[in-house]
Amino acid sequence: MEMNQLPFFLFAAIAVLASLGVVGQRNPMHSVLLLIVSFGALAGLYVLLDAPFSAVTQIIVYAGAIMVLFLFVVMLLNAHTEDDSPGARREPWVYRAFVVVSLLLGLEVAWALSGLGLASFSTDPGTVSSISSVATIGVALFTKHSFAFEVTSILILVSMVGAVVIARKEP
Amino acid sequence: MVTLNHFLILSGVLFAIGTVGVFLRRNLITILLSIEIMLNAVNLTFVATGRYVGTVDGQIITFFVMTVAAAEAAVGLALVIALFRHRETLSPDAFTSLKW
Repeated sequence: MEMNQLPFFLFAAIAVLASLGVVGQRNPMHSVLLLIVSFGALAGLYVLLDAPFSAVTQIIVYAGAIMVLFLFVVMLLNAHTEDDSPGARREPWVYRAFVVVSLLLGLEVAWALSGLGLASFSTDPGTVSSISSVATIGVALFTKHSFAFEVTSILILVSMVGAVVIARKEP
Repeated sequence: MVTLNHFLILSGVLFAIGTVGVFLRRNLITILLSIEIMLNAVNLTFVATGRYVGTVDGQIITFFVMTVAAAEAAVGLALVIALFRHRETLSPDAFTSLKW
């Protein structure tokens, strides 16, 4: 599939603007809702990348389940805005060090990407249909990655018990 | 023509936005949301690189990252609720002592 520029830039702009809104908002409720928009745009990008399974999982698990959990907690705590109290002020050289380190990291990323050149995606129909099929993902998940899949169930059990124990009202 | 670089740059920008959020915001819930943005940026890298290499492994790692994100959100929000019960605030500056 020939990848169009227009949908990519549309979804990329939505994702970046919504993420900036998440970080810039003072009301946590608006942040959560904007993050759902950002996740929807990322799901669109996954569709462009011939990964419909990841796109659907993104919508169902991220935008559906995890964000609803966040919304419940925001409503439960009833904390509509951020505290206005000034935080711990840092020395000016700390900010300067942040700027210098960020610029160095940005230069490093630019250098690495320029070494990659213009790497275009393959348009071979066999490859595309193989990686976009859910059957291929299922087979790989339950054969090659079956150990990681089983360990994930333990992780979820532990986090479930942990969440219940931590959030419990102390008697 | 959209190349791999487009996706890598976009994911770098999203990751930087998430990092800035973690450093600048003073609200525990917004910090957790910024961590979710960073996880999603990495997911985008995995899917784009998997598409470039031509295997399905990138999508499988994305699947596992989503599972870990769900577990992290559950435990992190439980911690936020427990902390809010003690201090009635969500500012991380209020939680600087180990014992109270």
